[in-house]
Amino acid sequence: MLMLKLAYRNIIGAGMRTWLNVAALSFAFVTIIFLKGVYNGMNDQVERATIDALYGGGQYWHERYDPYDPQSTVDAHGNIPEVLRPLIKQKGAVPILIRQGTIYPGGRFRNILLKGIDPQQKILAIPVSALAERNRTIPAMIGTRMAKHTGLHINDLITVQWRTSHGTFDAREVMIVNIFKTTVQEIDNDQIWIPIDIMQTITELPDQATMIIMNKENITIPTVPGWNFRDLNFLLQDLHSLVEMKSMGGSIFYTILLLLAMLAIFDTQVLSIWHRRKEMGTLMALGMTRTQLIGLFTLEGSFHGILAALVGALYGIPLLSYVARNGWGLPQSTDDFGFAFGDRIFPSYSLGLIVGTTILVLVITTIVSFLPTKKIASLKPTDALKGKMT
Amino acid sequence: MRLRFYSFCIAVSSLSLQAQIVSGDDILEKVDRAMNSKTRIVMSTMVIHGRRDIRTVQAQSWQRGTSDAYTEYLAPAREKGTKMLKLNDMLWTYSPSTDRTIMISQHMLRQSVMGSDLSYEDMMEDPHLPNLYSAVTSPDDTVNGRACWVLDLSAKKEDIAYYSRKVWVDKVRYIILREHLFAKSAKLLKTVDITEVMNVQNRWAVKSAVYKDVLKEGKGTEFNVLSIKFDDVLPDHIFTKASLRR
Repeated sequence: MLMLKLAYRNIIGAGMRTWLNVAALSFAFVTIIFLKGVYNGMNDQVERATIDALYGGGQYWHERYDPYDPQSTVDAHGNIPEVLRPLIKQKGAVPILIRQGTIYPGGRFRNILLKGIDPQQKILAIPVSALAERNRTIPAMIGTRMAKHTGLHINDLITVQWRTSHGTFDAREVMIVNIFKTTVQEIDNDQIWIPIDIMQTITELPDQATMIIMNKENITIPTVPGWNFRDLNFLLQDLHSLVEMKSMGGSIFYTILLLLAMLAIFDTQVLSIWHRRKEMGTLMALGMTRTQLIGLFTLEGSFHGILAALVGALYGIPLLSYVARNGWGLPQSTDDFGFAFGDRIFPSYSLGLIVGTTILVLVITTIVSFLPTKKIASLKPTDALKGKMT
Repeated sequence: MRLRFYSFCIAVSSLSLQAQIVSGDDILEKVDRAMNSKTRIVMSTMVIHGRRDIRTVQAQSWQRGTSDAYTEYLAPAREKGTKMLKLNDMLWTYSPSTDRTIMISQHMLRQSVMGSDLSYEDMMEDPHLPNLYSAVTSPDDTVNGRACWVLDLSAKKEDIAYYSRKVWVDKVRYIILREHLFAKSAKLLKTVDITEVMNVQNRWAVKSAVYKDVLKEGKGTEFNVLSIKFDDVLPDHIFTKASLRR
């Protein structure tokens, strides 16, 4: 207890020097938690949005389907498997048929993906119910990005050209009945959604699909010949790799910050030991052992960490909670990254993150505070009283 | 009485002969014979009307039957040296800037050739129309002052790019003067207008034509034949991939 009191008094007594160190360390503290929170938030946000709008509870892909090979969509379709039909009927899964097409917005040629989906589906968070309206023209739906790039508006008619299953050109006008806003570019860019029954008819692919998206609640995933099941781990691996890469990049930044703060603490400790030689000699003369003396100085150094945590909490909690509530605005160009970041990122700070970061900083501060005190181990009280270091 | 009977027989047979001559499929066969040759060497220009500019591409082609063709682009400087080889249903291009020969994949075959209104696929199509379509006649019409039969062609088989076509055939020269290509839904997709023809080696050939992708804005692509030679002997080595790098 005496050691604690003594250490606290010494560190507060050091005045401006202590508070400068505490300020630097608290800044590192808050920044680490903020950056890690941003990456966690980014991961959670994109994962949630992508699962809701695109992946569902996993997808069955036709064996020839490869999303990275546009050629594959020509042949990537097959009869909806018998084993999945009851599930589709109970709205536990939704089939999607994908074909390549061409539109001519403003008289310009543009390749698109024509996607057929059940307008009654509830598995994906895409507002497809508007496709249930049946007029003489084919109802179609596009995302806001596609609308911006093509200059299309609701109730506009546009000619879509595609190939039937036999390779014959077909073209008809579709009417844009809905323009939806989504953070998930993969359901928006260069895509037109139409009802799957119409799509199957016009492409001469009755009862066929390219992929079947499962409900998130589906636990049993049967093996279906000719179809490959892609679970969320597989589907989200690109996102996880990106977040991991970004997190690595961020860790370099906060390692530098932490190093600077630790350098300041190390420097303070070295100066402190040099300036307080006589004090150390006096304490040893009064009966304090070298180990206790090392402990005292290490404790003083560690107090920087504790004070930094308190000061960091003082301004960090309101600041970080404000950002968590209001989000962090992203530049427009982020939309082109290919991930569903949205306009703002809402950082996510878990208890584990805060406690873990605090422990990490305290341990590092303690180690850094201890290193300069090793000199005390060889200190003779007589020399110390004279102001000498041995 | 006998004379009357003979006159009646002659009238009936001449009527049936006329009916035979004007049947759509017969006309199409004659067009096919008139327009196709064993080989041809064509020097041509393609005038592409873009949104901002007009480009003229000059090329020389060596064609063997309907399956093989070798084309070398001669102008402009940017395209000079680019070569294309079509062997049956496969197409390769050689670009001198990259010194590489690339096979045009199925997906890319829909892209336009040099920004024109023609796709690679259009270039690769089997031009033997009687193989692909059955024809019925529509009321006659006139194109550029020439009397024409109008034929409505509908696909004989399923795996065909254009489900139906309408062609205007010169009644005397048996050459197509206008062509409309339709989608399965009967929507007009492309038009070809022959604006000038020429007589070479006692056969009629296209001198100028305008290809137009109807769904696209613009004036279309003009195709002008500068010279054409039929039935020359073409060496086999022209129609090999090695010739692309020559």
